[in-house]
Amino acid sequence: MLLDWGYVAIFVIVGAGMVSLPFAIIWLISPRSSYPHKRETYESGVEPIGQAWSQFNVRYYLFSLIFVVFDVEIIYLYPWAVVARSLGPSAFSSIVIFLAVLALGLAYAWRKGALEWA
Amino acid sequence: MGVTPWYLEALRAVVGTIIIFSGVAVVAAMLGVLLERKISGWIQSRIGPTHVGPRGLLQTVADTIKLLQKEYIVPQNADAVIFASAVVIVPLAALLDYVVVPVGTTRWGPLIFRDLNIGVLYFAATSSLIVVGILMAGWGSNNKYALLGGLRSAAQMVSYEIPIGLVLITISLLAGSLSTVTIVNMQTHLWFIVSQPVSFLIFLTAATAEVNRAPFDLVEAESELVAGYFSEYTGMRFALFQLGEYGEMFAMAALAVTLFLGGWHGPGLPSVVWFLIKLYALIFVFMWVRWTYPRFRIDQLLGFSWKVLIPVALLNLVVTAYFVTVVHR
Amino acid sequence: MTGEAIAFYVLAAITLASGIVVVTSPNLVHSAVALIPALLGVTGVYILLNAEFLAGIQVLIYAGGITVLILFVIMLTEGGTGLRVRQRNEQGPIAAAVAAAVAALFVALAGGRRGRGRFRRTRRARSGRVFSARTCCCSRGRRSCCS
Repeated sequence: MLLDWGYVAIFVIVGAGMVSLPFAIIWLISPRSSYPHKRETYESGVEPIGQAWSQFNVRYYLFSLIFVVFDVEIIYLYPWAVVARSLGPSAFSSIVIFLAVLALGLAYAWRKGALEWA
Repeated sequence: MGVTPWYLEALRAVVGTIIIFSGVAVVAAMLGVLLERKISGWIQSRIGPTHVGPRGLLQTVADTIKLLQKEYIVPQNADAVIFASAVVIVPLAALLDYVVVPVGTTRWGPLIFRDLNIGVLYFAATSSLIVVGILMAGWGSNNKYALLGGLRSAAQMVSYEIPIGLVLITISLLAGSLSTVTIVNMQTHLWFIVSQPVSFLIFLTAATAEVNRAPFDLVEAESELVAGYFSEYTGMRFALFQLGEYGEMFAMAALAVTLFLGGWHGPGLPSVVWFLIKLYALIFVFMWVRWTYPRFRIDQLLGFSWKVLIPVALLNLVVTAYFVTVVHR
Repeated sequence: MTGEAIAFYVLAAITLASGIVVVTSPNLVHSAVALIPALLGVTGVYILLNAEFLAGIQVLIYAGGITVLILFVIMLTEGGTGLRVRQRNEQGPIAAAVAAAVAALFVALAGGRRGRGRFRRTRRARSGRVFSARTCCCSRGRRSCCS
């Protein structure tokens, strides 16, 4: 089994090398004539107004927070899914209670407006 | 049975990696982009590119050669390290997906890079790495549009990872294993699309959103955010992001073939041919959807995932679990 | 030096180097992005311990979810401008002393190379690696006891 992951490690290393290969080609054959005007940030052809960072809304954070909660729920479901067939009805009722609690959490977030973008 | 020496295994891994990378680069990126242009042309009653090569088949090759010789422009005040590493992370994470995709079977066993025990979980994990790369690309560009596009894209992708995860769990429940080869082998008599049509639809929709394709492509819409998180990337870097996107789309389609359409099973033709036929059928569906439907707004996008897809996927999971544990015991 | 030992040292080096960047970098976004190789290094260590499910969920949750969360938070606050944060304070020497004491405790428990500490190596196999009977048949390639 460690051999499997050795393969994956080699995949990552060789893959990173192959993805970086175009950079080597670019360094060899691409033109280089940098001047300040060319390096300006693109903003539809006008001068950029203000800094790149501005006050972004907190809703991005709320979405990623709820995502983490449901991601953890999913990782509890993975091992159950693999052995569920042999566990029988008692495991089924346990999982239904677990999912019901989490669905309740989703409903609460929905009612409280955490899932609204507006 | 003797143990193969480590250098032969390493050589086998390296050769396999090169084959997969080259294969994906050609099949997914080059053929995929060309297919996109031809199919969009056909749907819009025009012919796509025909100038380069016979019937325009070498168009993407010409595009790649053009992109290779573009200048490397780093915008001022951009964070050089993050700007550069994002370009490597996104295509690498997309290509890591292909480790567990079985493309066929030979008499020595399934044709897969490595049949990991946690196959499907590994696929979900590497798909989630792309989000981080996109955030880095958006922030590292020092560009309001890129940052906004990156944040929105990340919010969209994490929202749609949950329905995909729930569908993967449902299929693992049916197959009793996380390994992709086992899942394909469990479909010799009945493809899972027949017993799980709802899961199939959820997966296709969520996969379309996960790779930022229309109708969920608000984050890259030219009229809205220039090009989203990769606005400031020139030349080959742009091509690498496109490789990441198209590679991820093909990986999702390949996973859908594995999970729902019986992988490589089929009478008559060799297994790899059947896999490719099913894969390209799904790719055609993806592209058909792109050029048919208008774009969703960001609030409709995210609301659809959390308020529709996740409750439906949860319900589907409970019903499937009922049938698997109680009824068919 | 077996392959596993080399892999462990490489992963440990990656994790430690990234960890140092996380705690000492004055740029908050660099700090958060350096978390990723640190977490992936820990993933590799989990794999070396034959805990591949744990490795999978480590990438899924930590690298894919928590890092995104942290990056969102940083970008929503002033840290997103790349402002320089002070990473040292007056308690440095005390903290270093405590860390050294804890490290000495770990070394004493593990007992160093000769195995004279509390958790001595219990069994040596032909190849000299430390493992119990359960992982023995797994590493010999018999998948039946690994599923």
